Amino acid sequence: MTRTSIAVATALISAAGFSGEVAAQAKEQFVPVNSYWVGPYAPGGSGIAAGMIDYFKLLNARDRGVNGVRITWEKCETEYRNDRGVECYERSKRRGPTGATLIHPLSTGITYSLIEKGTADKIPIVSVGYGRTDAADGRVFPYVFPMITTYWSQNTAKIKFIGMKEGGMDKLQGKRIVNLYHDSAYGKETIPILDVQAKLYGFQVTHIPVPHPGNEQQAQWLQIRQIKPDWVILRGWGVMNPTALKAAAKMGFPRDKMVGVWWSGAEEDVIPAGDAAKGYIAAGFNAPGANFPVLKEIQKYVYAKGQGELEDKSRLGSIYYNRGVLWAILTTEAVRTAQAHFGKGKPMTGEQVRWGLENLVIDDSRLKELGAAGFMQPLKMSCADHEGGGQVKFQQWDGKQWNVISDWIASDQKLVRPMIEASAAQYAKEKGIALRDCSKEK
Amino acid sequence: MLYREAGQFKSTYAEDQQIFPIRQDRIALAVFLVFAFVVVPVIGNQYWLGALLTPFLIFALAALGLNILTGYAGQLSLGTAAFMAVGAFMAYNFVLRVPGIPILAAFVLAGICAAAVGIVFGLPSLRIKGFYLAVATLACQFFVLWALQKYGWFSNHSTSGVITAQQIVILGYVLDTPERKYLLTLGVVAVMALLAKNLMRSETGRAFMAVRDMDVAASVIGIPMMRTKLLAFAISSFYCGVAGALHAFCYLGTVEPEAYSLDLSFRILFMIIIGGVGSILGSFLGAAFITLFPIFLNLASSWLNEFFGIEISHAVVSNSEAIIFGGLIIFFLIVEPQGLARLWQITKEKLRLWPFPH
Repeated sequence: MTRTSIAVATALISAAGFSGEVAAQAKEQFVPVNSYWVGPYAPGGSGIAAGMIDYFKLLNARDRGVNGVRITWEKCETEYRNDRGVECYERSKRRGPTGATLIHPLSTGITYSLIEKGTADKIPIVSVGYGRTDAADGRVFPYVFPMITTYWSQNTAKIKFIGMKEGGMDKLQGKRIVNLYHDSAYGKETIPILDVQAKLYGFQVTHIPVPHPGNEQQAQWLQIRQIKPDWVILRGWGVMNPTALKAAAKMGFPRDKMVGVWWSGAEEDVIPAGDAAKGYIAAGFNAPGANFPVLKEIQKYVYAKGQGELEDKSRLGSIYYNRGVLWAILTTEAVRTAQAHFGKGKPMTGEQVRWGLENLVIDDSRLKELGAAGFMQPLKMSCADHEGGGQVKFQQWDGKQWNVISDWIASDQKLVRPMIEASAAQYAKEKGIALRDCSKEK
Repeated sequence: MLYREAGQFKSTYAEDQQIFPIRQDRIALAVFLVFAFVVVPVIGNQYWLGALLTPFLIFALAALGLNILTGYAGQLSLGTAAFMAVGAFMAYNFVLRVPGIPILAAFVLAGICAAAVGIVFGLPSLRIKGFYLAVATLACQFFVLWALQKYGWFSNHSTSGVITAQQIVILGYVLDTPERKYLLTLGVVAVMALLAKNLMRSETGRAFMAVRDMDVAASVIGIPMMRTKLLAFAISSFYCGVAGALHAFCYLGTVEPEAYSLDLSFRILFMIIIGGVGSILGSFLGAAFITLFPIFLNLASSWLNEFFGIEISHAVVSNSEAIIFGGLIIFFLIVEPQGLARLWQITKEKLRLWPFPH
């Protein structure tokens, strides 16, 4: 008897756990925080999630949310796995009074899996600095926003930076560049643009894949030693980055000739490599450091009250944390823009937030108001252009911290945009999508 | 009490040999199928159908495929995810390159492609067995992913190597909602599970089991080793291939080869170990445990927070999820090394004797 009742109770509890419905309340804007706190990529996932949540807490504490609409959120563990990411998305998309505001999938693979689902459910999929590059063409991908800078744009800026270091783009002629990439959809994104640029500027590019997770790179560096490249582009993620830096040190390849993508340029990527990381250069779309007004406000309103998300406060101002703050700023600014159009003080639906994202303008004066001048670049989105920014800063690791060593370097949109449009057109043709006419959008 | 077979007499061989000899089992199964096909799509919401049940069914099918090979024919394999990848990518290519092909035909053809790959990588099983065979199938795992990434043809020259599954249309009927995709998956899985159950009761299935129990003895009594082992690889890979096609078309939509990594192969192997090696039901139980249980743990923590106000740091939750899950796997393996299916079997036997156990 008792055993049966225990079994029945357990079954009921399980069912209740799965149904997971939360009572809806008005005046709330729900933002899912789907991230990863375990696994090889946890430093990135946990840092970004903490930055996002802390910024939301700041807005709620200081401004009572966005025009009186409080931001709510819920954390969901994706383990950087596509199926768990889809599960988190399905779980969170109908929470809150208006459903999910938008989704940051936090993984290129999950972004791919969500493109169609988000479009069908009218929830914007926002991938800031990662994701599917050709989704920057908003005519084909109305609900996908690879904001600020796509991998391709970033890559052209990187080649520009290398050109500057060499003393002019014409000096790239005959140079050898190795593209050491994480063998996944993410890693492979830049191969076509690098090939085009190699032809344009006359340098040789060799693509060398590193299998996931990337802690085994001896064969790859042996190959690099044979090629004797002038530059190595590091397109790594997680544990692959310190491994590559250590391997480079062992081989004697100069670290200041290694340029990393922004997923290879955080403290977590270089500290494990120790001295081997000194001089290493990485791209970034957000500045490092805790001296920006917005971060000081977070310390004042959130951490001073002991409500901060980070257990280790020294991570405040780290690359990943700041990136999370930046994503949260984009999220809330999009909501604010949508509210200005659809009614202030109301929770926005995914469809309205999409309008907000497409009409989002963050200029220098707005950045100043946000306390984020120099923290991020100004950007202007449009119906056709879901990227908006396209500029990159470069930073160098001196063994203790990242130092910004360049101004915002603009990407080569003349080169990138036609490629994006061609690639998006191929997708549209395969899927039978009619191009959206942007001149008819209000 | 209800589960008693007194008065159920079998007067013909056919009756004695049917899949479910006990009447209550037949009724229960019929009720269960009606429930799954009719009631679940009505009461289930998108989250249940799209994010929990569909992946559960797909992984159950893959586990079933592996169970045919490992559980019934005794050939250890670590290439399950690779066979799924072949199924997913080939189904995409058949729909892309053969205009007007019915989607189910594409699934079957994709399964046949996976079966062909399975036969090739099953060849070493004629010479080696056990852990050594597992290493040979490991080669398959790496080779297939390498080939899919190396040759652009497989992904129609997509820049990042991903494929986006086409729309599923059956007889002009578009399957685009989670309910419809769930029904398609359920239909395919139900039919294939029935086929597997019958296969294991046939001469072929008995040959598989003879090979598993002792291959020398099996060959002495006249079971052709090569044919039986390769057939096991082919059928198993076919199941995995169809599961992969469903995974791409009915679940994820857009997939990259990375999704079918060694990690997934291990997960499917764990499913059959937990569920029960050499049991059809075990494949389903194991898939349910491995795919749904972590999600439940994850939900339960937010639920603790909501009802009891116990807030646990999310990092702790995420990590303890892995710890509890691992602990439970060890617990089950110690308490019942033959898997959840065996637990069910014991319960059933007890029920048949109830209330007078001996």
